[in-house]
Amino acid sequence: MTRLERKESLIRIALLVVAFSAVSVLVVITVFIIEEGTPIMVKYGFKKFLFNLDWFPSEESYGLLPMVIGSIMVTFGALVIGVPFGLACAVFLTEFSSKRLRRVIKPMIELLAGIPSVVYGFMGVVILVPFIRETLGGPGLSVLASSIILGIMILPTIISISVDSLEAVPPAYREGSIALGATRWQTTRMVMFPAARSGIIASIILGMGRAIGETMAVIMIAGNAIAIPRSLLDPVRTLTSNIALEMAYASGEHRQALFATGVILFVIIMILNTIANVTSKRRKA
Amino acid sequence: MTIAVLFFIIFFILKKGLPVLSFKFLTTNPGEMGKTGGIFSTIIGTIALTVTAVLIAAPLGIGSAIYLTEYTRENWVTRVIRFGAECLAGIPSIIFGLFGFILFVTKLKFGWSILSGSLTLAFMILPTLIRTSEEAIRAVPYVYREVSYSLGSTKWQTVTKVVLPSAMPGIVTGIILSVGRSIGETASVIFTAGSALRLPTSIFSSSRTMSVHFYILAREGISMSNAYGTAAILILAILAVNLVTYAIMHRFMRKYC
Amino acid sequence: MPSVAIRAQDFSHYFGTKQTLKKINLDVAENKILGIIGPAGSGKSTFLRALNRLNDLVPDSRVEGTLLVEGVDVYSADTSVAELRRRLGMVFAIPVPLPRSIYENVAFGARMAGLKDKSALTEIVIDSLKKTALWEEVSDRLHSSALKLSGGQQQRLCIARTLALKPRFILLDEPTSGLDPISTMKIEETLRQLKKDYTIILVTNNTKQAARVADRTAFFLNGDLIEVDETVRVFSAPSDQRTNDYISGRFG
Repeated sequence: MTRLERKESLIRIALLVVAFSAVSVLVVITVFIIEEGTPIMVKYGFKKFLFNLDWFPSEESYGLLPMVIGSIMVTFGALVIGVPFGLACAVFLTEFSSKRLRRVIKPMIELLAGIPSVVYGFMGVVILVPFIRETLGGPGLSVLASSIILGIMILPTIISISVDSLEAVPPAYREGSIALGATRWQTTRMVMFPAARSGIIASIILGMGRAIGETMAVIMIAGNAIAIPRSLLDPVRTLTSNIALEMAYASGEHRQALFATGVILFVIIMILNTIANVTSKRRKA
Repeated sequence: MTIAVLFFIIFFILKKGLPVLSFKFLTTNPGEMGKTGGIFSTIIGTIALTVTAVLIAAPLGIGSAIYLTEYTRENWVTRVIRFGAECLAGIPSIIFGLFGFILFVTKLKFGWSILSGSLTLAFMILPTLIRTSEEAIRAVPYVYREVSYSLGSTKWQTVTKVVLPSAMPGIVTGIILSVGRSIGETASVIFTAGSALRLPTSIFSSSRTMSVHFYILAREGISMSNAYGTAAILILAILAVNLVTYAIMHRFMRKYC
Repeated sequence: MPSVAIRAQDFSHYFGTKQTLKKINLDVAENKILGIIGPAGSGKSTFLRALNRLNDLVPDSRVEGTLLVEGVDVYSADTSVAELRRRLGMVFAIPVPLPRSIYENVAFGARMAGLKDKSALTEIVIDSLKKTALWEEVSDRLHSSALKLSGGQQQRLCIARTLALKPRFILLDEPTSGLDPISTMKIEETLRQLKKDYTIILVTNNTKQAARVADRTAFFLNGDLIEVDETVRVFSAPSDQRTNDYISGRFG
């Protein structure tokens, strides 16, 4: 081997090491979060941890149920708002709008994704929360407010991935359907949606992941009370806000319990990611 | 509809925030926890954190992309790498915050510092950098590589002298996108870089970024007008980042498509 | 009888399980132009790319038999591929100037070989441009982008870029397929000039071009070398019926 060739093979090895950086970061994160979070779950009992209603860290009582339910409600609410709007927007962009309009709108949707979540939260605080308080009653800081803001926040994710998968449907499908006398809308509903289904599902799951994982916006508008909300207008605390709110002053077992909250969140996200990954893989195959 | 929401947010923030802005607001440090004074130290903090994060993540991201595109074929190794990157992209920022806190702040004893914050941010933006760089590198015409090899270049020469220069606009776009994300990031930064209002003096000083500052101002009701001002700067920064990205993409597309 | 510069002995090439060259036996004489003709997919480009090991870039590429360039085995383990490619310069079907200046395009190969001396580089650049008759046309804009040249100029730039490697051989893969007749003529004229100093292999799907330029012509079909002989003989009295069919335009 010449000197040059030795250098080349060194570079190859260096690049392989670098290429594994993302995977190793993932592994390290997983290990650290689980290492910090599981002892308390084992000690306190996994079942109690997940299904107990009381979260009083000062009295060593760690029940996550209100937060789990809170996260589920808020995420579900975000989907109820974000999915119909997102899909409608995606269909409009791919089926009923000109190429030029799409070229203008797409970067704007990306811009919407780029706005920091604190700004969304802030908008919720200064506009949406007072509006809900005055028109619908309650404290305003509520499941409803969080759902609406999160619904808006997941729009870019849903729109851009759905648009990509709708655009990936071979034009012959659409032309074939229209040639058979179907209307535009019938074509969209009966041909385009089924053909792009897995991409759309992946977009919804990723949007869901984003909603569950969102922290700062939710802290600002959800009210953060530790109780299972009885109506949409009640305040709520999610898993993420639970971590962020108490992290600053937590120590000892309390901190471990917050990491345990992180573990649960982490597991949920990983499951969602894997599902999204598998569905979009199937699309390619 | 979506566009309406977008314009409403931007318009609202700018309308309330722009009157607060002044040269003085940008160049004085916050006083009384941010009630008075400007946001100078948080601007510096944001820039320091973002630049350091990009400096750490860009070589890793671009290197990974080069490996994936030029040095290997699709096999289980690339699948593992891609899966890892996709999962990393899906992890919420609060988890990164927890992780950065436990590893950098406590275990490695970096404390709340620009170093801890930027390492955490670097990990967050890594997947974006890998994906955008990979796309940019794949878009380089295959014949360029053939020509380079036929002129007697080695693989590494081909990559550095031919492929990377042609892919640069796409790679820069990815970097700018990551800068945008770093500027707006709050949840992970607050636990790793802390929230000190002093002007940072080294990468080991704690520092508050604009978005953290904005969050604290708004949440604790310290000063609404300063909150609007900070938000306006944030929005303007993000707008600028997106415009620059768009401009680069546009030039790139015109040149190669 | 001129000496043999390239010799293929029972040389076969595979992409995966598909055999693209079947036991080729072919000698290329020094300082001559060998034309290779044949329909698309006949293996003529594959043969060319086997010579400078450009086929190696394709996964699943595999060879059998021997291929000697000036007596050295191309596929032996201690052959330096980069150096081999510098000795066998290649010009592609479509002109592909790299997105750099004219000067940088020509200097590229020398720079990659490690030459740093400015005046030596400039000398090589000017010399190569002169040999392709491009110097008069571009001498005043050496540092402007190569992408601004016309198609024919770009292709001559690519030849100049190859000459700057100081190769012993020039391999041309359908170099005029994308050019107009006048540019084609200029390139053919350049090739005739270059024959004095280089051994040239010209793959072309334009049989008339082979007749005009080549000293000897080889006819490939489906990975087989059907026949190789003096160009005049191939075109006037081919020994194989299939050659006759091809050059008279009955297929391909």
